[in-house]
Amino acid sequence: MAGRTFAALAVVVVAAGLAVTGLGVNQYYYFAAYVVLQYVVLATAWNILGGYTGYVNFGTPAFFALGAYTAVVLIQSMKAPLVVQLLGGAAVAGVLGLGIGYLTLRLRGVFFSIATLALAVVLQTLFVNWEYTGGARGITLARPATTPLGGSYVEYLFVVMLVLTVIAVATAWWIEHSWVGRGLAAIRDNEEAAECMGVPTLRLKLVATTVSGLLMGLAGGSFPYYLTFIEPASVFDLNYAVNSLAMPMIGGSTTWMGPVIGAILLGTAQQVATVTISSALNLLIVGVILVAFVILAPEGIVGLVQRLARRGRA
Amino acid sequence: MFSLELLLNALVAGILLGGFYAAVSLGISMAFGLLDVVNIAHPVFVMLGAYAAYIMNVRLGFDPILTGVLFTPLFYGLGVLLYRVYYASFERKGAESLRGLVFFFGVLFIVEVSLLLAFGVDYRLVEAPYIGESLRIGSVGIAFRLLVPCVVGVALTGALYLFLSRTFYGRAIQAVAQDAFALRLMGANPFRVKGIAFGLAIATAALAGALLIMIGPVEPAMNREYIGRVFAVAVLGGMGSIGGTLVAALILGIAESLTATFSGPSWSVAVSFGVLLFALAVRPAGLFGR
Repeated sequence: MAGRTFAALAVVVVAAGLAVTGLGVNQYYYFAAYVVLQYVVLATAWNILGGYTGYVNFGTPAFFALGAYTAVVLIQSMKAPLVVQLLGGAAVAGVLGLGIGYLTLRLRGVFFSIATLALAVVLQTLFVNWEYTGGARGITLARPATTPLGGSYVEYLFVVMLVLTVIAVATAWWIEHSWVGRGLAAIRDNEEAAECMGVPTLRLKLVATTVSGLLMGLAGGSFPYYLTFIEPASVFDLNYAVNSLAMPMIGGSTTWMGPVIGAILLGTAQQVATVTISSALNLLIVGVILVAFVILAPEGIVGLVQRLARRGRA
Repeated sequence: MFSLELLLNALVAGILLGGFYAAVSLGISMAFGLLDVVNIAHPVFVMLGAYAAYIMNVRLGFDPILTGVLFTPLFYGLGVLLYRVYYASFERKGAESLRGLVFFFGVLFIVEVSLLLAFGVDYRLVEAPYIGESLRIGSVGIAFRLLVPCVVGVALTGALYLFLSRTFYGRAIQAVAQDAFALRLMGANPFRVKGIAFGLAIATAALAGALLIMIGPVEPAMNREYIGRVFAVAVLGGMGSIGGTLVAALILGIAESLTATFSGPSWSVAVSFGVLLFALAVRPAGLFGR
């Protein structure tokens, strides 16, 4: 997709989002749409490191929760506005991402993945023991009384998350179409060979881990006001790790479209299933779909469609 | 707060805990250390073993260890089956590393959520006449609920060590770990040998699970804390070294017990991951690396 088409699409998406607020429909729809969009951001962020670069990150909850807890600290200490919360969350999670990037010097493949999982558990332990942010019991936060756009606060958060989604997907789009994306793909295919060909592997990996962590933190930044209650068990939930990895895997992990498609399909299905069936059962379905796709269609929905299109032409 | 008595008690509890950690980690030392199969779902099979012990205890009044032993053939079969799927889908195509990892992550999630659906989030425990008992030597108390798992864990480690070093199949497993291609040249089938080894690895989870539920009540999400522990032990122990696994498990047990005694139990989970990160950063080959 050309740059201009992509930009036009982004504008249309935000405009459509603004148009659907104030329709006076049930607030639950905005509440649910926010979650789906949040998954689009997380899946896209995961894919920059996992899909483009080939480093599987099990630590999505760590980055997401760090974004959320940075926002909590900002609210607690100085009643910072939402924009500051988002930027703060993104910055702190980005720094963590940078640190993880240096870890890739020593840890590759499986060891990197286990280390990211370890990171999530260590961070969770830290926040369980930190009383300032509520410790294990969690903390309740009050939303501001007014919203800048008028309408309800949930509608406002929905629009904010839509903008974040566009930012995240545009970042992925840019990476994919620039020399950075080609460099990352070279690392994914063969890191030693890429290094030998003069690809600045460490610098590129640092870009990938930082951007990926930053976007995850960004998604977490508005979470305290969304839920108005933050506790370690829910923000460090393994579901974030599984979903942010399953969605690109199911959608297709080599293009920006894959995580978007995967997140919208799987995210919406989960929202519907949570209401109609049960939340535990819908997680089971995610697990089964993930395993089925990894075994049967490793290139995801995008790959399947491309293969069918090629066959149609031949 | 500090006293010699407290330290001594923490040390003994740590050693007992270490023996149990060895039992939990043996499966990962074999699967990951010897076979290069990144089974991060191993701890969830330990949970499965724990719930098997729970069911048999509540319904039929079976002793947890008896259940653990009885269930090993079933878990062995499960392991062989899982390895077949893994082999056919990933290993044979040479795509095992990352996709295989995601596959096991999915398996972990499926088993955990299934346990959650079947048993809920409530803590479950087993009853046996010796579980509440304890022994006192001077000022040091030894609880049977820790002593029995430690003894069984050490025995299991010894048995596996003897199996791998003395028997024909054990040596074949060591051979496949060293050089699968050479094994093929000798006329043996690496796929079959690895299937047996992976089956054994999962079989240890049946017994380890029975020990787990004896130590304390369990709930399905508990497996996640053990992911860090088992990998920390496997890496620190030197990837596939059975003796190394026991030593590393004892180190981790003592470190956790000391942390829990002097800084509070909520920090002890972080210890294993700290040990793991430290081991990976400083000496990835482990204490007894090949």
